Amino acid sequence: MKIEHTLARPPVADRTWPFLVDTTVILCGLAFFFSMIQLGTYWMARPMPAVVISLSVRALPLYAFYSVARIAIAYLLSLIFAVSYGYIAAYNPRVEAWMIAVLDILQSIPVLSFLPGVMLAMMALIPGHQLGIEMGSILLIFTGQVWNMAFSFYSSLKSIPREMIEATRVYRFSAWQRFWQLEMPFAAIGLIWNSIVSVAGGWFFLIVCEMFAFKGTSFRLPGLGSYLQTAAGAGNLRALLWGLFVLVLIIVATDQLIWRPLIAWSDKFKFEQTESATRVTSPILTLLQRPSALTRLPARVWGSIEEGVYRRLAKSRECRVIQPIDDDAAKGSRLFPILLGAFAALVILWGLSQAILIVHGVTWADIRLLLLCAGATWLRVNTAIVLAALWTIPVGVSIGSNPRLAHYLQPITQVVASVPATALFPVLMLGLIRIGGGLGFGSIALMLMGTQWYILFNVIAGAMAIPSDLKEAAAVYRFTRWQRWTRLILPGIFPYLVTGMITASGGAWNASIVSEYFHIGDQTLQTLGLGAQISAASDSGNFSTLLLATVLMATMVVTMNRLVWRRLYRLAETRYKLEG
Amino acid sequence: MREAATLNSIPATLPAAAPVVDAIIRAERIEKYYAQPSQNRIQVISATDLSIVPGEIVALLGPSGSGKSTMLRMLSGLSTPTSGRVYWHERPIVDAEINVSIVFQSFALFPWLTVLENVEAPLQARGIAAGERLDRSMKMLDTVGLDGFEAAYPKELSGGMKQRVGFARALVVEPEVLFMDEPFSALDVLTAENLRSELLELWANKTMPTKAVFLVTHNIEEAVLLADRIIVLGKNPGHIRTDFKVQLAQPRDRKSEPFTQLVDYIYKVLTKPDVTPAEAPDQQAGPKIRDQRQMHYQMLPHARPGGIAGLLELLLDKGGRDDIYRLADDLSFEIDDLLPIVDAAQLLGYLTVEEGDAAITASGTEFANSEILRQKELFRDAAVAHVLLLRQIRRALEAKSDHTVPDEFFLDMLDEQFSEEECQHQIETAVNWGRYAELFDYDAGHRRFVLPDAQDDEIAPSEDSK
Repeated sequence: MKIEHTLARPPVADRTWPFLVDTTVILCGLAFFFSMIQLGTYWMARPMPAVVISLSVRALPLYAFYSVARIAIAYLLSLIFAVSYGYIAAYNPRVEAWMIAVLDILQSIPVLSFLPGVMLAMMALIPGHQLGIEMGSILLIFTGQVWNMAFSFYSSLKSIPREMIEATRVYRFSAWQRFWQLEMPFAAIGLIWNSIVSVAGGWFFLIVCEMFAFKGTSFRLPGLGSYLQTAAGAGNLRALLWGLFVLVLIIVATDQLIWRPLIAWSDKFKFEQTESATRVTSPILTLLQRPSALTRLPARVWGSIEEGVYRRLAKSRECRVIQPIDDDAAKGSRLFPILLGAFAALVILWGLSQAILIVHGVTWADIRLLLLCAGATWLRVNTAIVLAALWTIPVGVSIGSNPRLAHYLQPITQVVASVPATALFPVLMLGLIRIGGGLGFGSIALMLMGTQWYILFNVIAGAMAIPSDLKEAAAVYRFTRWQRWTRLILPGIFPYLVTGMITASGGAWNASIVSEYFHIGDQTLQTLGLGAQISAASDSGNFSTLLLATVLMATMVVTMNRLVWRRLYRLAETRYKLEG
Repeated sequence: MREAATLNSIPATLPAAAPVVDAIIRAERIEKYYAQPSQNRIQVISATDLSIVPGEIVALLGPSGSGKSTMLRMLSGLSTPTSGRVYWHERPIVDAEINVSIVFQSFALFPWLTVLENVEAPLQARGIAAGERLDRSMKMLDTVGLDGFEAAYPKELSGGMKQRVGFARALVVEPEVLFMDEPFSALDVLTAENLRSELLELWANKTMPTKAVFLVTHNIEEAVLLADRIIVLGKNPGHIRTDFKVQLAQPRDRKSEPFTQLVDYIYKVLTKPDVTPAEAPDQQAGPKIRDQRQMHYQMLPHARPGGIAGLLELLLDKGGRDDIYRLADDLSFEIDDLLPIVDAAQLLGYLTVEEGDAAITASGTEFANSEILRQKELFRDAAVAHVLLLRQIRRALEAKSDHTVPDEFFLDMLDEQFSEEECQHQIETAVNWGRYAELFDYDAGHRRFVLPDAQDDEIAPSEDSK
């Protein structure tokens, strides 16, 4: 018996996979090193104001690499910033309220409305150099990604159970140990899910940032976004489809190679008292977690570094004397918030004075036009959301109530939802021009493209979350179809629907900037709208309109959030929450 | 019993608040206010002196809202008093390198760390090298009975096991004072009991280097079971109502009279927040009393189970509480005839007597409301739990291979305590109750006790032989 067994499975077979994994990891490391050099030489090169985008399929891998590098850098910056911001806000009661208010406003402002401004600023900072545009695009992606991550980390820190914190205090953990053994693990799951959302959003902005027009000049960065836009401009459908294919490939690969293993791994950070039955699994993770020389070595090295850190920290006051908990409020220095406030006031004053100088020449007619445009865009955004809700609710509910269907369709909708709408715009534009439709309604279709997935995705999740005993109760008491929808399904999915619609609304405002004004080849398609005003103003270098339109859009979005979405969300949280 | 209680003249309450020279932790007029959003401050604890001295387990009892947990946190240095000072070996606690641990009600384990990593974490904070860390942690896991669980994650463990990890983490740093914040209240009754006795064992054997234990609890019995000193807090704002030493010897018997007296006393203190507490009751010290108690039979009141049931039903009809004299009147009983029935019901835990009133208890209500078979079951449980003689007869029958015991065996034991006549009465009553409860039967011909099942077996062969 025993011999047979060993013959059937020779010990070599056991080694095959880890070896392959090891080689892959080493190759990845080398590839990473050389790609860094490649990136550096390109960035530090002489100014190349007119980058020519090749439409050859062979150029795609390099473009894809540049785009991925931008996303990765922006994401890493976002992660570091989000963690620091959340940490400072959570532990400094004096600045906490301010920092969270700033977060809330920045989170709801449509980032794309700042595209021209940011780009101009960065180009001015590093004049005549590709690096300026590059930094501008990374900064924009960063701004689109960072806020929800920061908020997630902050609220995780705030919800750590008190006794856990007390345990770290009474056992005299250093801030370092507390961070790695309590705070980071506690916040990990929220941070990972928000990272997924953020990176999807990052692609949305990246596609637009890589090619934009300012004062008649078209600025380009070599990448997937510029490839897609150039292909659309040239009417090259083949190149366009290839570009889209590579983009989807990257998104699927990110999902399978990074997010799924991360989600599966983060399962151990669930703050639960008993083990749950359902778990996400990832074959990649299982492979990586196999013990091999390659995984053991870093652990060893890290371990010895860590030992040194802990030994050194143990001598600090923090690790010798118990730090009282209720002292935090009083301990923070008064100077820091005062300095911060003074700095913020200076920046605001300076900004205001500049703004007044810029807006000086604006006439009443301009303002009236802007308000009209704002109304048009507002109608478009809400039409898009209502349309999206109309088809996604029935479809989402029927998918969500069928567990088998949901099991297969949910990962697909997840990937589809992460395909940036901005990448699909050129394709749609080509279609619109072919059928001769105008942008007035066409832009609604574009917004719909970008936003419906958020709603669908959330409705499916909501329908899946309706407890089966409630469904059974509805069946037993013979609810009519009308009763079933009004008494069970709609209230059940309401919180999810609101969440989806908030995200969709933000996406639609952003999309208005790119969907109401479009360069395709030599043509410029345009319609009446605030987004079109912003794009056109940056195209022609009209600073006063640019500034006013941007401020107007930001104000409208923030107001809408406060007056409508925030209230609906609170209602959902209090009245329609289904608690286990 | 009663004689035993008055025999002892050692005062139970020593002035515990008197200044102690070698206190480990000493709080001096500590007060705590919590700031309200409306600029108001709420006083949680009014100026209080308290010290923890080596060699004692202190239990802090009090109603919810009396600031028990706040007190624990101020004494352990986790929270700073709004005014007043806390000293650690006569040095201000804010600057002292104090060595304490806390066992939390919610365990407060890190779910993402294994059992071993959880226990190692405090040692890591102290910069102890990896090898020594592992040794100490493994040894401690062994001590608390978690040998072999070091690689498990807390969520894979039961509540009791989790709290064992909590204890291991607390003890691995060899704290001078071990603080416990309702450590057993998230556990089921049996697990809690088990952990309590194991803790006492560690403490008694000096397995842990801990010099003092400070326990916050809302469970009076737990406090009386564990503590050498009990402090009862009152609320609005929190203040010390009474502070006394418990001199019962370990291990303590929950059923013993000094124990229940103490529980009753604390209960009275807690339920009458406006009355200045009386002195704690005298407690007989030492194992001598315990030995006496072991031999001590309750005098069984001469009442029939049917009478007890009738009384309880009547009492229930009267709303569960009535004056004993009025009850006797209603039944046209002489008071002397009623009292044994009342005593019997009281002995079985079915009613309590306070100031001439009989009040039915929860178990009494259940008994009175049950149908006859269930009543027998309930009676059996209560009898075994409360009546030593019945328990002993039943045990003796179960232990013997032929399941019979002559009544002389018990008469011999009883006559150390009762007159010859009374011994007969006691046996009669025991037979009466035991038969009703189907605990045993009595073979009057052979003057012996028989197990009900065994009797059937016995009768069969004996009939054959005839």
